[in-house]
Amino acid sequence: MSSMTKQKETKRAQAKQAQQRSAVLQGTLDMLILRTLLYGPAHGHQIGKHIQRTTNDFLQMQHGSLYPALHRLEERGWVSAKWETAPDKNREFKYYRLTDEGKKQLVVEESQWKQMAEAVARVMWPAAEES
Amino acid sequence: MKWWHSKKRDADLERELRSDLELEEEEQRESGASPEEARYAARRAFGNAALIREQTRAVWSWNRLEAFLRDLRYGVRTLRRTPGFTVMAVVVIALGIGANVALFTVVHGVLLKPLPYRDPDRLVLMYENDTDHPHPMPWLPVDAGSFWEWQRAEQSVAQMAMVSPFQGYIVSSEAGKLPEQIDAAWCTGNFFSLLGVQPILGRSFTSEDDKPGATATAVLSSSFWKRRYGADPAIVGKTVMLDAKPYTIIGVLPSSFTYSGAFGGSTVQVWTPVRHEAPTWLMQTYGDHEFLVVARLAPGVTLAALESRLIALQKQIKAEHPQPAVHPGAIGRTMLDDAVHNYKTPLYALLAATGCVLLIACMNVAGLLVARAASRNKELAIRAALGGGRLRLMRERLIESLLLSVAGGALGLLLAWGALSWLIHMRSDMNRVEAIQFDGVVAAFTVGILLLCALFSGLISAASAGAKNVLTGLQEGSRSHSAGTARAVLRRVLLTVEVGLTVVLLVGAGLLLKSFQRLRSADIGVPVDNVLTMRLALPETRYGEPAKKIAFFEQLIAGVRALPGVSAAGLVNSAPGEGWAGDTNFSIVEHPPLPTGQGLDFMLRGAEPGYFSAIGLPLLKGRIFRQDERQEHANVVLISRGAAQEFFPGEDPIGKHIKDIGGNGVWEVIGVVGDVRWSIAQPPMPTLYWPLYGNGYSVATIVIRSPHDVESLAVPVQKVLGRLDPELPVWGVMTLREAIGKSTVDSEFDSILVLGFAVIALVLAAAGLYGVLSYLVTQRTGEIGIRIALGAKRTQLLRLVLLDGLRPAIVGMLIGLPASAAVVRLIRSMLYETQPFDFGVFAAVMGVFLLVAIAACMVPAWQAARLDPMQALRNE
Repeated sequence: MSSMTKQKETKRAQAKQAQQRSAVLQGTLDMLILRTLLYGPAHGHQIGKHIQRTTNDFLQMQHGSLYPALHRLEERGWVSAKWETAPDKNREFKYYRLTDEGKKQLVVEESQWKQMAEAVARVMWPAAEES
Repeated sequence: MKWWHSKKRDADLERELRSDLELEEEEQRESGASPEEARYAARRAFGNAALIREQTRAVWSWNRLEAFLRDLRYGVRTLRRTPGFTVMAVVVIALGIGANVALFTVVHGVLLKPLPYRDPDRLVLMYENDTDHPHPMPWLPVDAGSFWEWQRAEQSVAQMAMVSPFQGYIVSSEAGKLPEQIDAAWCTGNFFSLLGVQPILGRSFTSEDDKPGATATAVLSSSFWKRRYGADPAIVGKTVMLDAKPYTIIGVLPSSFTYSGAFGGSTVQVWTPVRHEAPTWLMQTYGDHEFLVVARLAPGVTLAALESRLIALQKQIKAEHPQPAVHPGAIGRTMLDDAVHNYKTPLYALLAATGCVLLIACMNVAGLLVARAASRNKELAIRAALGGGRLRLMRERLIESLLLSVAGGALGLLLAWGALSWLIHMRSDMNRVEAIQFDGVVAAFTVGILLLCALFSGLISAASAGAKNVLTGLQEGSRSHSAGTARAVLRRVLLTVEVGLTVVLLVGAGLLLKSFQRLRSADIGVPVDNVLTMRLALPETRYGEPAKKIAFFEQLIAGVRALPGVSAAGLVNSAPGEGWAGDTNFSIVEHPPLPTGQGLDFMLRGAEPGYFSAIGLPLLKGRIFRQDERQEHANVVLISRGAAQEFFPGEDPIGKHIKDIGGNGVWEVIGVVGDVRWSIAQPPMPTLYWPLYGNGYSVATIVIRSPHDVESLAVPVQKVLGRLDPELPVWGVMTLREAIGKSTVDSEFDSILVLGFAVIALVLAAAGLYGVLSYLVTQRTGEIGIRIALGAKRTQLLRLVLLDGLRPAIVGMLIGLPASAAVVRLIRSMLYETQPFDFGVFAAVMGVFLLVAIAACMVPAWQAARLDPMQALRNE
């Protein structure tokens, strides 16, 4: 019962602020995907699981929402995709790998994120800055 | 990525999602879940697959087109769900677009397209201007004497040519072709080269042809060449018999060539050189105005410059030739203006009227869309809450209105095509009617107004939806007492404007109708029923001597009178309503002499003694001509009542004598007859009748009166004529009523069209009123139910709702009335004996409009008053 109410509320809030929210999330998500792919090629499911696991399930996304981001990155030429057989399964998965462009983009996004995080931190914890 | 890859790409995405989902499911199973649980868990972890698919697709760049197609499909589906609404909206738009496209095609063809000559911008028509006349008379044809002086003096600023499109010939019968009367024009040798027109066969005139002693030559119009000679390619050099004289055909004009000016000319079939054709005296006189002057301005010379030079010159000419018929001024206008001057105001007025109709149609469709948006309020709010982008929703509305506009436009084009063929058929008398065609400009105009229409109605409805907050939409949806008021405000504003425009159209239509009715009931001066007229002309070659003409006319009229069914018949050179046909200046012998340069201007008619009783012109005083008052005894005249009042105030004109200025003729006034009009739309002129027998007339109108079915006499009369001379064609066979109808056709046409548009507007406005009010009533069902339950009287409710509905009508009317007062001044020139501020018309419009508005509001108001409160409240 309570989860349903919660879901409803989330949806309403989502509808109201969808624009700003997605902008923040979108940029971050792109960076996280690019960073994940730095370890080597991976398919959508692996990328989702990796992000979830690494953040100790903090960023618990419905990892279906990765696909629009993956296709966007592919569209921009930051990642390339290819159907390959998985080493431990005899099935093909769509593997994404980082392109050279993508590596450059990751550097850019990382530095932007750092600046932003520092800026936020300076506002939030001024005392820490002083000491 | 190209759109044709979309299928492959879709399949690819599908496969990717499926494989990852399966993997997730496997993992869930491995962690110990049952297969079913595993599937659900995987789905949960994955999220909404359909949404993911859509969002991913949205990333692909060809997405716009796909989204557009999808919205299009969606739009078609929604429109098909409400066929009533769709059909109504499409028909409304079709009416608006159809009328506009048709009228614009006419305006573009007639008023805007350049004339089919070389450098048409530099061509002007120059006229004389009688600035001394008590009633200002600009735009008078020019006399040959003045023209030669103009041409000589202004060589450096303009080339000039002279044309007289008022001529006619009888083409003799030949090799199985009947004789016929054709319209013709005389022109100077440089006329065609000045216009820059090249014949398609042979050559045009040179100065060698344009001489009194030259070989007779003729240039044919394309239509005459095709019709009479079957487009004979070897026609040049052959001979055509005009008025029984041989003319060598030297050229054929292109079919694109027409000459159409304010004085006509579009029916001219044969062109001949003026100096060869016209009598010598006419080529030298300053007093007979038979010609129009076409001038091609030299580079850098303006019309105003030429005009002022000619004014100075003409003043000088008047000083040298101080006769009353010499005019002291000159005036000019561009050749295009000259051709279409008379149609400008009516056509632009009609175009404005269709513009109003289109605007009203758009507002109606916008109103319908807003109402529909209101009824889909909840659906839209839910879609917005579920994440439907606002832009996307707005785009949907625009596409919806675009679909309606395109469908309406397609239907409208069909309507326009029908309207155009009808219009061209109706107004074949209009100058430049041949230039009307559907071309690129018209196509661009069509697409333009179509898009404008879509944008206008779509944006209004989208704006009304966009303004709403999602939450209020959802909340309002659950409580319907005060629902939709914001939208109703928008619709009310639209309605008010619509009503205002409708009132303007109604007032315009009312004025034009009244003017037309006045014109139709204008008294031409004689009884018009059961009178038949037809014209004939006697060629000089065979009827040169006056005695021959008289003998022929006498035999003819005697033969006609002897026909069974003819109650009276007579001859005149020009019957009432047949046109100007000439005027001359006289003085009165018994009066003190007039100052030099002045005269009494009489319209001149030659009549046979039987004419007056045949046409039904009453004799007020004195007597009619006797049979023996002809030729040398023809020195008697009858004058009209108007002439007696104006020129013989307070005295008896009988027995007085008149004298022609500059001549030696003296005539005795023997009688006074009633006034007649030379044109139905013009007041009667002072008129003088003298005997047809003895004043050199070779052209005559036969007037036949019969107690009934006068039309059936046309063939017997032509047989009488054919027995006397089979070479004589007749033309202009019509009843007097038809002749009057013909001259009122433009007034009829304008008033009927504007009335049609006004009625469409009225119906649309009424539908709008009805729609808004019934929507409001539906929205307020609950509130009304409560009111009734609390004891409100039904009559009170009726009044409440009725007033609610009538408010936009009344406000719109209050805006519309002063607006029409401003607008109708623009159509003043189209009105005959009708003031722009005609109280009767304004009152009638108000009355009609209020009645229609009340009728439209009554139904919903009645429904509201009859609501069952229990049911209304239970509906919640």
